[in-house]
Amino acid sequence: MVFFQNLINALQWGSFYALIALGYSMVYSILMLFNFAHGDIFMVGAYIGFGVATALVALTAMGNFALPGWLVLALTILISMFLTSFVGMFVERVGYRPLRDAPRASAAITGLMIGIILETGNLILLGAQRISFPSLIETSTYQLGGVVVTNKKIMIVLVSIALSFALHQFIRRTRWGMAMRAMAFDYAVVPLMGVPLNRIAALTFAIGSGLAAVAGILFGVAYPVLDPYMGILVGWKAFVAAILGGRGSVVGATLAGFLLGFIEMFVPMVFPSTFRDLIAYSIILLILVFRPHGFFGEPYSARLRL
Amino acid sequence: MESTGDELSINGKLKSSRVREFVAPIPLLSWLLGALVAVALEHYIGTSFAQTLGLRKAPMLFGFDIMLKQPTLIHSALTYLVLIYFLPIIVVARLSAAGMNGLAAILIDYPLMLTVLIHLGMLYAILHWWSNMSLYRADVLRFTLIAVLLTLSLNLINGYMGEFSCSHPGFMALGAYASSVFTLGLFADDRVFGPALLPQWLGPYLFPVALVLGGVVAAVGALAVAIPSFRTRGDYLAIISLAFMFIVKSLIENLEFVGGPRGLGDQPGWANRPVVFVTVVLGIWIINNFVRSTLGKALNAVRDNEMAADAMTVDTRQTKITAFLFGAFWAGVAGGLYAHALRYINPGSFGIQMLAEGLAMVYFGGLNSVYGSIVGACSISLLGEMLRPLELFKWIIIPLLLILVMIFRPTGLIAFREFDVKKLVRPKQASDR
Repeated sequence: MVFFQNLINALQWGSFYALIALGYSMVYSILMLFNFAHGDIFMVGAYIGFGVATALVALTAMGNFALPGWLVLALTILISMFLTSFVGMFVERVGYRPLRDAPRASAAITGLMIGIILETGNLILLGAQRISFPSLIETSTYQLGGVVVTNKKIMIVLVSIALSFALHQFIRRTRWGMAMRAMAFDYAVVPLMGVPLNRIAALTFAIGSGLAAVAGILFGVAYPVLDPYMGILVGWKAFVAAILGGRGSVVGATLAGFLLGFIEMFVPMVFPSTFRDLIAYSIILLILVFRPHGFFGEPYSARLRL
Repeated sequence: MESTGDELSINGKLKSSRVREFVAPIPLLSWLLGALVAVALEHYIGTSFAQTLGLRKAPMLFGFDIMLKQPTLIHSALTYLVLIYFLPIIVVARLSAAGMNGLAAILIDYPLMLTVLIHLGMLYAILHWWSNMSLYRADVLRFTLIAVLLTLSLNLINGYMGEFSCSHPGFMALGAYASSVFTLGLFADDRVFGPALLPQWLGPYLFPVALVLGGVVAAVGALAVAIPSFRTRGDYLAIISLAFMFIVKSLIENLEFVGGPRGLGDQPGWANRPVVFVTVVLGIWIINNFVRSTLGKALNAVRDNEMAADAMTVDTRQTKITAFLFGAFWAGVAGGLYAHALRYINPGSFGIQMLAEGLAMVYFGGLNSVYGSIVGACSISLLGEMLRPLELFKWIIIPLLLILVMIFRPTGLIAFREFDVKKLVRPKQASDR
């Protein structure tokens, strides 16, 4: 029973990791750079979600009409995705586009610094106190043979799987997706074929940030306490998951995110819970030793432009 | 620090040719003499002079804290800065230029070591006087010097080798803990490690052993990153080293005998100013020799084109592993110094925050350059201290500054410049540059 209970929790954490990892993975495959600001975009997304949800709740209270909770949540997710994608595009415009021809490591540094600015900016604007996310939907609990499942957990897992499936289809089937795949294949020649590099890059950041916003809101639904440094812990783990999944693989990033969730939940069953990070990262290290390019990544030679 | 800053900006890009004409014939020795006069002036009349200007005491970090806290005192702080630092340095340096050029010309006939020792002696005297003004300055100085060593060892990997390593906080933690266990176990009556095994007076003499031990432990830890990562090229090292950093942090948190997450404290304070100064200078000297040696050139060749380097009989894998372990060793030494300077370490401090600071220092100063590391470490750590009155806004300004540097000089301020001691200390002629 404990096993199945942990399985549910692992699926939930895996959903967060997977959604964030997708953003890392897409940017990494198309622009070949580590978007170290992504964890903080997740944080910003959660805060934007908080703002939108609070505003919506206040609006319905003012207009004296009651929207069902799930509708408010869906609206919150959509509006926040839209708003956060602008944050992502802004980060790309300011931090990465001017550095497109510079060494990739320099772009990674700007990303890191933008992350610090986002955290500090948040601290300055909203202060250091933690903010609790409004609870939009009632928690209802189901007992399935001794395993406690809440509707929130089911929703989180379903939403994240649906979104990564949608992203997979988008990349496989649409013209934009084809342009992205081509760009990931050859960054230098494809723009010469008339594919607009800047627009594709902006789109990539927009999609990644939108997914991060969804992750932030779902995180807020599950653990309704937000703080400005929440992006650091979750973000860096998701980054590792993205690499583990393999360059440019949506399926890989999703699976690796869930795998990380599983490792984190099942290690405390056997070892003391303080060993969680130690064992999680050691397993990742071992996997990378035997599969250097991740689960689904093709071997490639990165030209380090230094 | 003062003098190095001036020197560098002069070697760099001063647009105005008149200024260049004015400073061109001034050798390093004169700059040092000028700075020495300035700090002596501050030492003897600084406090009383500051009080006549209406300041409570002499400004500690070039007046920044005063200017930011009390804008009404800006003019006094600036006056102080000009009269105590700027004017004496310029005047003394210019006036002594002829004499010092003669001295430098004489010294050039003697072994280089003698000249270098004279310069370093003067530099130490300057730093000694400067930091004797307050305990705060002394601490800032020590941690800045340690930051220089850390930055240089990171530059070795990120700049000279051209890989993106994230594991430096991990190496530093290994060095800090190893050396702390050594000194605490042998020389201190400690709750965990029991009574001292060796007499106290022996301690400071064996402190270098502790530092080397810390470095060696860090290098052995680096082997765990190096062996799997250097089989292929690419972004592999970045991920493995990141995972390694988290593993080290988590491992130390779970080791109860070094205090776990609570950390380890009460290290003997042997990392005082002279020890830190000598260790850091030694580190700079050895690392500079390393990067200018055949091995260092091979390292640059591997970075620029691994296949070509391989064809030219460079053993690429061995070169990379050697350099990586070498960098890790010095990070471990810096960690040992850090532990004995702060006298308290905990695993939480060797995390993402430290990584971000280290990377900021390397990329701000400049890749592939010893000058760059010195400038980067000094400017970021001094800036961090100077902007302290701004509290949170400090963490907006410094990142913004770094982003601007990255956009306009993507490899850092003083990148790809060789640190040639001989060129630095030789006499200057007006026709130079």
